[in-house]
Order: sequence, then C-alpha cells, then structure tokens
Amino acid sequence: MSVNQGEVLISVKDLKKYYNGDEIHALDGITNDIAKGEVVVVIGPSGSGKSTFLRSLNLLERPTGGTITFDGIDITSPQTDINQLRQKMGMVFQHFNLFPHLTILRNMTIAPMKLNKLSKEDAEKKALELLGKVGLADRANSYPSQLSGGQKQRIAIVRALAMDPEVMLFDEPTSALDPEMVGEVLEVMKQLARDGMTMVCVTHEMGFAREVGTRVIFMDEGKIIEENTPEQIFTNPQNERLKTFLQKVL
Amino acid sequence: MSEETEVTEKKSRSFKLEKSSRVSILFAVLCLLLAATCVGYAILLMVDYDYAITLLRVYSDSQIGRVLIGGFNDFLAQIKLNFIDKDRWTYLVKGLLVTFEVTFFATLIGIALGVIVAMIRSSHDKLEEELRPGFGKVLFDLIDNICRIYLTVIRGTPTVVQLMIAYFIIFAASNNKILIAILAFGINSGAYVAEIIRSGIMSVDPGQTEAGRSLGFNYIQTMFYIVIPQAFKTVLPALANEFIVLIKETSVSGYVGLQDLTKGGDIIRSQTYSAFLPLIVVAAVYLVIVLFFTKLVSLLEGRLRNSER
Repeated sequence: MSVNQGEVLISVKDLKKYYNGDEIHALDGITNDIAKGEVVVVIGPSGSGKSTFLRSLNLLERPTGGTITFDGIDITSPQTDINQLRQKMGMVFQHFNLFPHLTILRNMTIAPMKLNKLSKEDAEKKALELLGKVGLADRANSYPSQLSGGQKQRIAIVRALAMDPEVMLFDEPTSALDPEMVGEVLEVMKQLARDGMTMVCVTHEMGFAREVGTRVIFMDEGKIIEENTPEQIFTNPQNERLKTFLQKVL
Repeated sequence: MSEETEVTEKKSRSFKLEKSSRVSILFAVLCLLLAATCVGYAILLMVDYDYAITLLRVYSDSQIGRVLIGGFNDFLAQIKLNFIDKDRWTYLVKGLLVTFEVTFFATLIGIALGVIVAMIRSSHDKLEEELRPGFGKVLFDLIDNICRIYLTVIRGTPTVVQLMIAYFIIFAASNNKILIAILAFGINSGAYVAEIIRSGIMSVDPGQTEAGRSLGFNYIQTMFYIVIPQAFKTVLPALANEFIVLIKETSVSGYVGLQDLTKGGDIIRSQTYSAFLPLIVVAAVYLVIVLFFTKLVSLLEGRLRNSER
C-alpha cells in the first residue's frame, strides 16, 4: 500500500479529534507518513474530516489523541514550542485570510520581520522576488481589498512562502474562487510542486490531484479509507465509498 | 457597479449640502436684513440727522423700546455681576481646565485599563483549550474572574457613588482631589472601554487569528500586529463617544469638592444668587466642547474609511 519514498517529514500516529466530549468523531485514528517532496492530495466528501486533519498538522486544531511528529519533534507534546514549528509550515486558507489593514508587501514581510528571520530590506527584497514569480510585483503597494480572488490567493501562497516553510498546507485553496480564477492559483501550486515543495492539499480539484499529486488520500467519516497513487485511485478505485464519491465528482 | 455606488454617494453628498445650505440661506437673509437696516439708518443719519435722532427717541420711548432697552441693560448688568465683578469668570476658566485635565488623564487610564482587561477577557475564552492545566491556568482563571467582577461592579453602580467611595473611603487619607477624580473616572471609563474593545476584537474574523498563528506568531503577537489594529478601526467611533460621555460625566466632580466647570458655575451662583446665566453659560461651554469633538471624530472616521480603499 505504501507509496512513500525518501525521508519522512511529518509522521501522524493514531490521530483523534472528538467534539462534544465523545459524541462527534471528526478524526478517528489517522496514521500516515508524509515524506519530503511529496504532494499529498486529500479528497473526500464534506464532513469527512479532511480539513480537520490538515488543520491538525499545524495544531490550528488541537487533537484529542494521537501524536504528530514533524522534523523528528513531537509537536503534540506540551513542551514543544508550536510557534517555532509553525514558522516552517506554511498554510493557505480557503478564504485567503490576508490582513486587510496592511499592504500586500506588509502582508508578506510582517512575519519574517517581526519574527526576526530577516531584516526589513531582505524581507522586502524577498517579497518582491516572490511577487514577481506569481506575476503580481506591480501590486506590492495595493491593499487586499483592491485585488481579485485569484490574486488574493496567489498572494496568500507567497505570503506563506516568505517564511521559507518546509511544507505547505493547502485548505481548499480554490473553493472560494470564481471558476475563471481557479486556473491561475492551480498554476502557482503546480509550479511549487515542480520546485520540489512538500505539499499537503485538501481540494476538490481532481484534475490537479491527478496531474500534480504523488499520492492521493481518500477520507470518510474521520478515517483514511484508501490511499494510493493518483493513477490507481482514479482508474482503479477499490473501496465502494471511493467509487461512489468519484462517480459524483468526476 | 462601482460607478453606481459613486453616483449614489455624490447624490447623498449634494443632498446633505442642500440641507445645510437651507439653514445658512435663512441665516444670510436675516443678516442681510439687519445690515440693510443699519445701512439705511446710517444713510438717514447723513441725510437728515435731526429726524433720525428724533425717530430713535420716539422708538426708544415707546413701550417695546423701553422693554428692549431695559432688558438689554439688565442683561449687561447680569453679565457684569456674574462674570466680570470680582473676576468671577476665572471660576469658569479654572474649572474648564480642571475638567479638561481630569477628562484627559482619565481617558488615558481608561484606554490602558480597557485594552488590558479586554485582552484578558477575550484571550481567556479563546485560549481555554490551548492552556495546559497547572499553576498558570489557575492564575489566569483568577485574573479573568477579577476582571469580570471589575466590569460588573463598575458598570453596575453610579459614577457619582464610585467617585465618593474613592474620595471618602479608599483615598480618605489623601486630599489630592484632582488625582482621585482622575483615578475614579479612569477606572470607571476602563470598564466601558474594555467592553467596547472586546466587542471589536470579537468582530475580527477568526480567520485572521488563524492566519497570524499559522505564520508563527504567538497569541500576543497576533493580537498586536493583526487583530487589534483591525478591531481599533471598528471601535474608534464608540471609543470617541465614550470620551465625549466622559467629558460630561466629570461634571459630578463637585460632589467631592473638586472645582471643575460645573462647580465653577455653582460657586458663581452661590455668590450672585442668580441661576440663569452661570448655568446657561456652563451648559453652552459643554455643548461647544462636545460639538467640537464630535466633528473631529467624524473627520477622523472619514479618513479611516478612505484609507481602506
């Protein structure tokens, strides 16, 4: 079953997340290893726990049980400085979550500067370079409200990249976009994958999963039902639930 | 779409202009009438001096003229008695300075206290599950409870009573009335400011906090760099309003013998036994100050709104 190769970056063991005491099992024992350079695509029906799983990886969601090891450090342990580790995990949200009171440039430089990673000049230089890569260098001094959805999401991606993360987490990055803007965001993500970035991506874009993903995880009811290479998942699904899911979305 | 909104904006603006210009037109017409009468009388003076003087005599001897002139003389006498004799106007000026001093420093204390209490209250609720049990959590719970009690007691009792408790009980040993008033009004205002700021913090999209945390900021950094600047913008009008309320609230300072503006008017009244002028002037001064700050706030608000575009 395992299609992992290379050095393990994130190791998840028996991850559980319960709400309302013991009533709702959003995550019900997830175990998975994510290796460096992998592009893992998580798919599944809504309410399957895929977003919760992704958000648990940088502890935006506190798991009820189980462990997550990142770079050899158990991040679920109370002794770990999670803020330090989150600097190495970029995250892109469905609703962009750009800071509306700051210009694009400040959006991208505030974290590297205030967290003492880079000087003002270096941070700005780096931000402009990244903006150039996604074709938005001329918007450096605009405010988020002046941009389109696709532009906002591209900015959100480079904002996370400005921190030099080891892994990028994408939480349905194209779900809030107008259809004609999905392409420009996916293009940036594809480029990122080609550059060798480790990515975990919750998405409904099956085309992206097939083209860029190195591994697809299908989740339902808080469990991993099936995982395999995109080819196997899409052409030769094993599980019944995966089959019905694919019938609906493809 | 954007053009449309611009057009409606322009419309509303021109409507506002119309409304205010109607008042000013009325005012201008009245002024013109007065000026025309003056000019007309001046011409009459030049053309036929004697007739003009006779005319004035006849009118000032008439019933209406006497009442008007007598009333005016009385009015002048009242002003002289209440404000000029024995330099009584200094009560008002000194009082006004005290009012300003108390309001200014009380506002500073109020904002500092309000921000701290708001941070504690809102972060206690948000950090509930992130904190591990232990001494820190117990301490945090304790501080949060103290804040709750502070808010309940301060907002549940009248300001005058708090001021008197501060002066006659808590700081009974001290006689520095201004300092005690500043502290009492500052602590009072802090409770209201705290709730205003807390509502602002809660109005900021939780996604903003998540984005900040995901970049590696800790909770406090996220609050200061991301959440509070956005919250501040939304609560600025409410904060300014609190400041304006505080200016008027300080008028009860007289209860502890502090000579603020209101007390200044009161002293004049007790010396001259006339209530009308001192009280009306005191009210007018408050009104002018409040109008001034209201205008200032609306200007500031407009600028803040523009900066978002």
